[in-house]
Amino acid sequence: MGRFLDLTLAGLTSGAVYAAVALALVLIWRSTRIVNFAQGGMMMITTFLGYTVVSHGGSYWLALAVAVVAGLVLGALVERVLIRPVAKRPPLDAVVVTFGLLVGLQGVAGMVFGGTPQSYPPAFGIAGFQVGGHQVLFSPNDLWIVLVVLTVMAVLAVVFRRTSVGLRMRASAFAPEVARLLGVRVGRMLTVGWALAAVVGAVAGVLIAPSTFVSPTAFDAVLVFGFTAAVIGGLDSPPGAVVGGLALGLVLSFVSGYLGPDIVTLGALVVLIVVLMVRPHGLFGAGTRRRV
Amino acid sequence: MTETQAPQGETRRPPLWLRSTLLRHGFWAVLGLAGFWLLSIALDPFANLQLAQIAYTAIAVAGLTVLSGLSGQISLGHGAFVAVGAYTSALLLENAGWSLAPVLIVATAGTAVVGALVGVAAARLRGPYLAGATLALAVGLPSLADYHGLRDLLGGANGLIVSPPVPPLSLGESFPLERWQSWICGICLVVVLFLLANLSRSRLGRDMRLVREDEDAAALSGVPVARTQILAFCVSAGCAGLAGGLFAIVNNLAAPGAFTLALSLSLLTAAVLGGLGSLAGAVYGAVIVTLLPTWSTDLAQQANLPRAVYANIPLVLYGLVLILVILAFPGGIQSGVRRIGRLLRRNRKI
Repeated sequence: MGRFLDLTLAGLTSGAVYAAVALALVLIWRSTRIVNFAQGGMMMITTFLGYTVVSHGGSYWLALAVAVVAGLVLGALVERVLIRPVAKRPPLDAVVVTFGLLVGLQGVAGMVFGGTPQSYPPAFGIAGFQVGGHQVLFSPNDLWIVLVVLTVMAVLAVVFRRTSVGLRMRASAFAPEVARLLGVRVGRMLTVGWALAAVVGAVAGVLIAPSTFVSPTAFDAVLVFGFTAAVIGGLDSPPGAVVGGLALGLVLSFVSGYLGPDIVTLGALVVLIVVLMVRPHGLFGAGTRRRV
Repeated sequence: MTETQAPQGETRRPPLWLRSTLLRHGFWAVLGLAGFWLLSIALDPFANLQLAQIAYTAIAVAGLTVLSGLSGQISLGHGAFVAVGAYTSALLLENAGWSLAPVLIVATAGTAVVGALVGVAAARLRGPYLAGATLALAVGLPSLADYHGLRDLLGGANGLIVSPPVPPLSLGESFPLERWQSWICGICLVVVLFLLANLSRSRLGRDMRLVREDEDAAALSGVPVARTQILAFCVSAGCAGLAGGLFAIVNNLAAPGAFTLALSLSLLTAAVLGGLGSLAGAVYGAVIVTLLPTWSTDLAQQANLPRAVYANIPLVLYGLVLILVILAFPGGIQSGVRRIGRLLRRNRKI
């Protein structure tokens, strides 16, 4: 029972991070109908920048701030330079471009930072809390991770539902032509959407870095998990991303605990295939109805 | 059917070997074999090994080009199929002691079956969903080799050692092994290209193009959309499986480290670079992605660059090539070649 509880807590913590990555993917999908396969690479670069700050004696908080600002700039830049030209082309083009950006970033990171995984300091202690004399697998740092992810989600929800920028962004995503007629700068809104998503990714990268280490390919699995979470929830649905992330975190934690940590990525593949076979547009996704 | 409408008098009928698709492809196949043979006897052993690598890479890329170019589906996970073929071959060659030809056939067929399974899932998925599922396949499947229940069978992270194929005695005592390896790969490449070229001209190939252009229209005109998509996955996975089998006997190894995301990526790069949908493009693409790492390493060593830099040059170049080709030259190399060919023909008429 203790083990089950431990695996559940660990699953919820990692699930929160997958949910954040999934949320970043969903933000981009909703605004541009593109799955950003470079998300993992962009996270990796911003986390490496944070790592540079930390390894030069900067504090955790300064590193987090640097990663967030870098994410903001990188996201906007990627949308302006790479995504805009392929936005109206066949979906294959966007997939290839974001995939190309992923490896390009991995190559550049390998050149600058080398291939050896670097350890990233956690914000708080990683020794589990004591509950009734039993040490559970849930540490102050895990609590920090969960709280940050919840805060990010709450802030995004407020931005989208209660602010005029949020309204304009939703309009640009769902009815770009109408929005344009009503005076919304649609292109600018898309850039803001990508920048926001990259910021969410940057935060997720810093949160997960202490447990995965930082290396050019360290986030490949995180990207796959985030994508899986987004697809489970339905690429269209932010609440779906959260539910999908937590569900996937739990499943993978049990797979790792009971079957072995070697096949966690395979576990994600199985979950993905099963969900897609049952619901090709995810649990919360609306999907476009095709009529013949 | 349209015989009566075709202009008869003025245009000369092309010679028979140009009129029959099968004969024309056969002609190119024989020419390809001869060219490959000439190359292999002119090159030293190391270059022969590279030739073998180019050949098996081209086989996998040709399969991918059928999938993405003809039927319009994308796979970021072809490296996983290559792994299936390589492990199948390694197990059959080493544990079961089969001879080479049946091993390669079974590796192809077995991987095609795996591809069909993936294809069943893929037929329900569109664009990014499919790309993501195949990405998960590329990252997830190789981890199976290190699973504790299979570690004894598949050799864990170290993988399986494959003993190299012995050249037949009829070729002489001192026939170089590398040349024999390149011959095996070259023959397989020509056979695969011949079959795929015919496939692309067949009814199935036309169905695939129709499905790519418009699924609804295809379904309306009686093309079984899902079956066509699954068949495309099947064919393309089979090619990747054969490439995997050849990989195993050329590198004498099947190990998870060889079938990373970077492999899937280099296959996609080759397909996009050569020109999606063109078999000739698959060959150009394979030549470039195979030689690129060697060239960049040589150049970097001459320039005294640190190891971390030149080890990553291929990755950066793959990324740049993928982005630039899609943004600026969507047709890849092959569309450039076609344009030159058209210009030459036009000039000749004048």
